[in-house]
Amino acid sequence: MPATLFLPAILARLADHKQFAVSGATVGELVADAAQRFPALGSRLRDANGEPYPFVTFYLNDEDIRFHGGFGATVSDGDELTVVPAIAGG
Amino acid sequence: MTTTVRVPERRILADDSQYVSPDSLQAIAETDVTADPRKLPDLSHDEILRYSRHLLLPDVGVEGQRKLKAARVLLIGAGGLGSPLALYLAAAGVGNIGIVDFDVVDVTNLQRQVLHGTSDVGRSKIESARKRLTDVNPFVLLTTYEEALTSANAMKILQGYDLVVDGTDNFPTRYLVNDACVLLGIPNVYGSIYRFEGQASVFATKDGPCYRCLYPEPPPPGLVPSCAEGGVLGVLPGLVGTIQATEAIKLILGIGESLSGRLLLIDALGANFRTVMVRKDPACPACGTRKITQLIDYEQFCGSPHVGGDPKVSLNVPEITPTDAAARLAKDEIDIVDVREPHELAIAKYPKVIAVPLGQLADRIAELPRDRDLVLACRSGVRSAKAVQQLQAAGFTRVWNLAGGIHRWIEEVDPSQPKY
Repeated sequence: MPATLFLPAILARLADHKQFAVSGATVGELVADAAQRFPALGSRLRDANGEPYPFVTFYLNDEDIRFHGGFGATVSDGDELTVVPAIAGG
Repeated sequence: MTTTVRVPERRILADDSQYVSPDSLQAIAETDVTADPRKLPDLSHDEILRYSRHLLLPDVGVEGQRKLKAARVLLIGAGGLGSPLALYLAAAGVGNIGIVDFDVVDVTNLQRQVLHGTSDVGRSKIESARKRLTDVNPFVLLTTYEEALTSANAMKILQGYDLVVDGTDNFPTRYLVNDACVLLGIPNVYGSIYRFEGQASVFATKDGPCYRCLYPEPPPPGLVPSCAEGGVLGVLPGLVGTIQATEAIKLILGIGESLSGRLLLIDALGANFRTVMVRKDPACPACGTRKITQLIDYEQFCGSPHVGGDPKVSLNVPEITPTDAAARLAKDEIDIVDVREPHELAIAKYPKVIAVPLGQLADRIAELPRDRDLVLACRSGVRSAKAVQQLQAAGFTRVWNLAGGIHRWIEEVDPSQPKY
């Protein structure tokens, strides 16, 4: 399924884009697609075991994937995957 | 140090005998003033005139303004977010505002911290805030805490406030504020910023999620640069802080749709505002399982070597002063490795460097000679200290941190260049 990946500024520099098209049937496949094209980004999206990197939150459309099967969450045509990092500036 | 500034006598509540302090924000928001008008403080004629544009709003009105006057709001931090927060909450007539900050106004704050002015540089932020806010609205009762918020004092400081607004600049304090708010049952209006992006939400309401539901684990130190390291658009804390102030006022008035359960993502460059859902996590140790029954050591929890991104506090790595480094550089005994970003090198330079931005260090480590003494350098000495730790972990033994970075280099070695 074609989807769009949205990156925060802190990660966008690893992919040279703030948003780009990715493809896959699950969130894990979308992330794998992005990681294949931008390996440096991949290590900030997945941990050594291929699980979601613990210091960012993935939203498929408006929903946190942790409550919808994690990387196994299924993707529909045109979905938006947004990566939200913890930031602390004030 | 705790100082309470009393309102001038003529501005004391119109009828003090009728004022019954509400126990909680919910009590204020849910106060049915038509049923019992004595629960909220009255407004003086001066206040009625001052708040005219609020009183004209059907959703605020006299009753809403009295709720604002009764409210007790604690601001953690009087910096980038704290500035618009304090100014707007005071102007709006929030009757009791507490502010916690231990910092001193620095000239580099003024690009975004609009609470402070040029004449305040060198003065404590608390003192500067008090001066400015008293001018903005002398009807506000200010309570100031000129100290760092810690596990030892947080419960005592937060207790008695209806609402906490988090304008801090570091992860340990954010987890501390969250846990204290959850333990005390005080809603926490959250905002944070980085470069051109911001986030805002409301945590720890009665049934809503908390900060830990969203971010169960803090990122390891160094992964997320602070504003002091990465920079921040000056207007961004204005955007996010005013959203926090809006949420605070909505909670006090009990109107509108709160950001509780939603995270607002702000992209200033893309001019995009969007919200995503934040669910209450049943496994959350703070608000879910309630495993956290008291405050912990948040520095340790976040693995932080120092508090608040304070560049003046050095990490525990070998150091060399700029004077000594310059002497050794002249004899070709050392190489300086500048870990700043390329756009920073154009502002002020070391005379001869190997330039490797910190973010590229891991990938370019092979470019560095292991048989030379290496002095890692940056703007203030924080990033380069992290670089020293990174090289030490990679087996380098002849590595030092340039104490104080280019700032101190300019002071000791080359005053012809500008500090930034």
